[in-house]
Amino acid sequence: MRPFTYERAADALSAVKAVAENPGAKFLAGGTNLLDLMKLDIERPTHLVDVGRLPFAGVEEVNGGLRVGGAMVNSKLAAHPRVRELYPVLVRALVSGASGQLRNKATTAGNLLQRTRCAYFYDTTKPCNKRQPGSGCSALEGVHGSHDAIFGASKACIASHPSDMAVALTALGASVETLTPSGASRTLAVQDLHRLPGDTPQVETDLAPGELITAVLLPPPPEGGQVYRKVRGRASYAHGIASVAVAGGRVALGAVAHKPWRAAHIEDALAAGASAVEAAEAELSKADRSDRNALKISLVGRLAAAAIEESKTRRTA
Amino acid sequence: MKTTITVNGQARTLDVDSRTTLLDALREHLGLIGSKKGCDHGQCGACTVLVNGARINSCLSLLVMHDGDQVTTIEGLGTAENLHPVQQAFLENDAFQCGYCTPGQICSAVGMLQEAADGWPSQVMEDVAALVDLTEAEIRERMSGNICRCSAYPQIVAAIRSVAGDAA
Repeated sequence: MRPFTYERAADALSAVKAVAENPGAKFLAGGTNLLDLMKLDIERPTHLVDVGRLPFAGVEEVNGGLRVGGAMVNSKLAAHPRVRELYPVLVRALVSGASGQLRNKATTAGNLLQRTRCAYFYDTTKPCNKRQPGSGCSALEGVHGSHDAIFGASKACIASHPSDMAVALTALGASVETLTPSGASRTLAVQDLHRLPGDTPQVETDLAPGELITAVLLPPPPEGGQVYRKVRGRASYAHGIASVAVAGGRVALGAVAHKPWRAAHIEDALAAGASAVEAAEAELSKADRSDRNALKISLVGRLAAAAIEESKTRRTA
Repeated sequence: MKTTITVNGQARTLDVDSRTTLLDALREHLGLIGSKKGCDHGQCGACTVLVNGARINSCLSLLVMHDGDQVTTIEGLGTAENLHPVQQAFLENDAFQCGYCTPGQICSAVGMLQEAADGWPSQVMEDVAALVDLTEAEIRERMSGNICRCSAYPQIVAAIRSVAGDAA
C-alpha cells in the first residue's frame, strides 16, 4: 500500500472541505472496498478522511418513510425493525450482499459508492479505462463475462455496478441526501446518482469532488409485494450475475449496467397489463447483444419474470 | 499515529504507520498471532475478530480507525483451562483439520450467534421479518464469510449447532 495521511473528521462540513480541497483525498468509512483496492494499488489516495464516526448512523421516521444515515452499517440497517417491516426488498438485498463480517463494516453510503468487480478492473496487468483512462477495455474481448453490462454500456467500458442494496433502493424510489463543499445540502434520486460509462467510465457518479452522502431517504413503501432475487456462481458470498428488485409496480435490475438499472420498459408493460414474461421481454429486447452474452440476457429475463410473479404472492408492507 | 485500543480487556497504545491494518497491529505489534492472515482481502475470514462485539475482517480495517475500540481476539475468548463454549464445541466436534482458519471460524461463530440472538435476518429466511431459527442452512449462510480449505464444514456446522442448541 502506498503511504497516505489520515485524519478523523470532527464534523461533516470539515470532512467535505478536506476532501474537496485535496485532489488526492478520499472519504473512508467502513473501508471494506477502498482498503482492498488500495492494497491492490488500484486506489491510490494520498490522504484519507475518516467519516465513519460522524453522527449519521441512525434511522429516523420521515413523512411515512425512513431516513437512513449514510454511516449506518449494512447489517444494522438490515436488522432494523422498521426496515424489516416496511422494506423487505431492501433487507433481502442487503443480506444477499457480501458476508456477515463485511456487512458489519460496510456503510450505506459506501455500499452505493463501491467500485465494480469487473475482473479486468482488478487485474493491474491489463488495460482498463476505468482504472487508467485511455488505456482501453480488456473486458470487451475478455473471457470473464458474467458481470458484463448488457444495458447502457459503451466501447470504453462494459463494467457493471456490483451493489445489491442499490438495486432495491432504485426499485423503492429512494434518494440520497448529500452535503456539498459549499455547505449546502442537496437530494438526488438513487437512480440518478450513478452515470453510464460513455467515454469517461472513471467518473462513476454525479457527486462533486468532496460531496458526501449523509443519508438515504426511503419514501413510504409502495403498494404491492416486494421481492429481491439474485443469481450467482455460488449460494452465498458472491457477486450477482444478475439480480432483480420488485417493489409494487417498480422494477430494477442489478449487475446488468454501470448503474442500478430501473427497468422502465418492464414497468410500462406491467402497467399496460402485460404478463410477467411479456414485461421482461419488453426490457430484454432492448439489451445490447453480443456473441457471448446470450446466456446472461436469457437469465435476466427469466429471473425478472420469476421475481414479478413472486411479487404477486409476497406480503405488502 | 498514536492509537489506543483495548485488546482482550487490556488498553494498548501503538504509534504505527497509518497503513497498518488492525490484523497486522495485533499480530506484528502486539504478538497476538491467533488471528490469521489468509487472503488479506476480506475473502477468507481467517482474520475475523470482534470489535465492540461485532465480527469484522481485521485485514480490511486500519488500526487508526479503531481508536477507543474494544477488540476481542481468539486469545481473549477463553483460556486452555477455561475454554469458551464455542472453542469447547469445536474440540468436541472435531471441527478442524489443519487449524489455520479455526480462530477466525470461532470468533465469527461467537459474533454470529449474538447476531442471531439479536434477531438479525439472513437471506435464507422465508420472511426477513420472522424470528431466527438456527437451522443448518442458516448457520451455513451466516458463516459464509469463513472459508475452510480442509473442508471441515460438516463438523463446524455441528459444533455451532451444539452451542446454539444449548443457548436456546
